[in-house]
Amino acid sequence: MAQAHFDTMEGRGWGFYFLLAILGGFIVAAGLAALYMEHNGHWVTGMSNQIVWGTPHVFAVFLIVAASGALNVASIASVFGRQLYKPLARLSGLLAIALLAGGLIVLVLDLGRPDRLIEAMLYYNFKSIFAWNIFLYIGFFAVVVVYLWMMMERRMNDFTKPAGVFAFLWRLTLTTGTGSIFGFLVARDAYDTAVIAPMFIIMSFSYGLAIFMIVLLAAMRWTERELGDVVFGRLRNLLGVFVAAVLYFVVVYHLTNLYITQRHGIEGFILLHGGVYTQMFWIGQIILGSVIPLVILFSRLGKSRTLVGLAALLVILGGLAQMYVTIIGGQAYPMPLVPGKDASSSFFDGVVASYVPSLPEAMLGIGGIALALALVVVALKILPFLPHSLSDADADPHFKSAA
Amino acid sequence: MSLSRREFIGIGSAAAAGMALAPGLRLIDLAQARSPDEAVTSLQRWGLLIDINKCHDCDACVTACHEENGVHGHGRPTTDAQWIRKVTLKDQQTGHVQTLPLMCQHCEEPPCVDVCPTGASFKRADGIVLVDKHICIGCRYCMMACPYKARSFVHEDTTDQKPHAPRGKGTVESCTLCVHRVDAGKIPACVEACNKDGNKAMVFGDLKDRSSDISQQLAAGPSTQLRPDLNLNTGVRYRGI
Repeated sequence: MAQAHFDTMEGRGWGFYFLLAILGGFIVAAGLAALYMEHNGHWVTGMSNQIVWGTPHVFAVFLIVAASGALNVASIASVFGRQLYKPLARLSGLLAIALLAGGLIVLVLDLGRPDRLIEAMLYYNFKSIFAWNIFLYIGFFAVVVVYLWMMMERRMNDFTKPAGVFAFLWRLTLTTGTGSIFGFLVARDAYDTAVIAPMFIIMSFSYGLAIFMIVLLAAMRWTERELGDVVFGRLRNLLGVFVAAVLYFVVVYHLTNLYITQRHGIEGFILLHGGVYTQMFWIGQIILGSVIPLVILFSRLGKSRTLVGLAALLVILGGLAQMYVTIIGGQAYPMPLVPGKDASSSFFDGVVASYVPSLPEAMLGIGGIALALALVVVALKILPFLPHSLSDADADPHFKSAA
Repeated sequence: MSLSRREFIGIGSAAAAGMALAPGLRLIDLAQARSPDEAVTSLQRWGLLIDINKCHDCDACVTACHEENGVHGHGRPTTDAQWIRKVTLKDQQTGHVQTLPLMCQHCEEPPCVDVCPTGASFKRADGIVLVDKHICIGCRYCMMACPYKARSFVHEDTTDQKPHAPRGKGTVESCTLCVHRVDAGKIPACVEACNKDGNKAMVFGDLKDRSSDISQQLAAGPSTQLRPDLNLNTGVRYRGI
C-alpha cells in the first residue's frame, strides 16, 4: 500500500474542549472520591473484610487487561506483517499506554496507603505476582514508548519490527501476570486454575479491540476523516473471532469446575443461584457481552457501523460484567473450611458475603476510563497518531469500487 | 529447741549452697528467655494445639485477645477487625455441632507471605507470621490469599492502641500469636484466658522441642490442620474435628 500519512488533529473547536471538559469533570470527581475514601478509611465504601477487592478493582483490572489488548492492532502490523493494519498501529500503541495509565491510577488510589507507593518500588518480594506486575506494568510503558518512537521516527522505522515483537512478547507476559493474580490464589474455589492466565490474554484481545474500534470510529468521524469498509470490515470480523474465543475459554473454565465435585458449590453459585452474580453472568457477560455482539458482527447487521459500534460497546460492558463476576463473585462465595461441615461465625464464615458498590468506588473506576480517554484526546492533538485517511483506496491498493 | 553444732553446720551449709546455686539456676532460666536484641532463631517453632472436644460455648479467648491487643470494633461487623473468632461447624450429614477458635494458623508456607508484593507480610524464623506495618501498602492481596480469612483490613481510624500492637488505618493485621508476650517468655493471651476462664482447650508451645507439652500431646494422639489439602503445615493444630 502507499505510505500512510499521519497528522495531528486540529483540536480547536468547541467539541474538542467540550469533550475534554466532560472527561476532566469525571477525573476531578474520581480524585475527590479517592480523597474521601482515603480520609475516612475504606469503611465508607462497599468493600469489607469479606469483599476486599471491589468496584475499583473491576475497573482497574479491566483497563489493565484492555490496555495490553489495545496493542494488538499494532502487533498485527509489525509482528505479523499485515500492511492493512499499519496505519492503525500508532493509535493502538497510544491507546495501550493510556488505558494502562487509567487502570493503574485506579489501582493505586484504592490502596489502603497510596502514600506509601514508594515502598512498593523499594521492597520486593519476588514470589509475589504483584511484584512481577509492578515491573511488567512500568516496563510496558517504556517498551510501548520505544515502539511508538520506532514507528513515528522515519530514521528508526527499520527497528519497528524487532520493537514490535518485543512489545508483543511483553504484553503476553503482562496479561499472563494479570491473570495469574487470580490463577495462583489457592484459597478460593473460583480461582486457583491455570486457565485464567490464557483466558485473560484472549479477554484482552477482545476488550482491547472493542475499545480501539470505538475510539477509532469516534476519532475518524469527529476529525472528518474517511474510514473505509475494508479496514472497518477486517476489524469487525477480528472482534467477532475474539469474542467467540473468549466464550470458548469461559466454557472450558466452567466445564472444568463442573467436573470437579469440590467446585460444584461455586459453579452453582455463579451459574444458578448467585442472585446478582448469576444475572451479571448470564445477562451481562453471556447475552449482552457475547451472544448479541456475535450476532451483530457475523450477520448482515454488521454492515451498519452504528450496530457494530453498539456491539463493541456491549463487549466492553460484558467485559466489565465478567470482571465483576470474577473478582467480586469469586470473593462473595464463602471459602471452604472443613469439607462436609457448614461453618458459621460473627465474621461471616460460610455465608455469601454481601456487597453493594458505593458511589465513590464507582466514580474512582469511571475516572480511570476518563483519564485514559483524556490522555488519548490530548495526545491526538499533540502528535500525529491518526492516519490522514483510511479510505478503501488508501487501505488496499487492489481495491476496486463496486461500481 | 536447740541445735547441735553438727546440725547447725549441716543446715548452714545447705542454706549457703542454696544461696550460691539459686542465682545460677535463675540464670539458666534467664538464659533460656530471649533478650530483646537477640535474633529469633529457627530452633523453635511456636504453635498451638486446640482440642475442640473441650471447646464449648465460651469466647474467653476472643475477649482476651482483643483486650490484649487493643482491637476494638466500631459496631460495624462487616468492616471491624477480628484477630480471632469462634466458628461453629455443623456436619452436613449428621447435624453434629462443634465450635472452635480460628485465628492466623501461622503456616510454614503462608500464602499471604507468598503474594505480598513488598514483603510486609512475613514469617519470623520461629514460625510466627506477622505484618510489617511500615511497609504494608494496603493492597489486601494477602486477604485474597489466606484460606482461613484470618486477616482484617483496618477500615477506619483506631484509638486506644497498645504500644506492643500498633494498628494503622489502611493496613492489614492479624493474630500475632501475641509475639510480644512470647518474646517475654509468656504464653499468648488466648491460651492464658482459655486456661483460666475457659475449658483448658488450648496448649501453646515449641513444636520443635520434643519434650514440650504441646509436642508430647501431639505425639500422643491424632490432630489435624485446617485445609490440610493445601499442605501449608500450619502451626495451629486441632484435635477432635
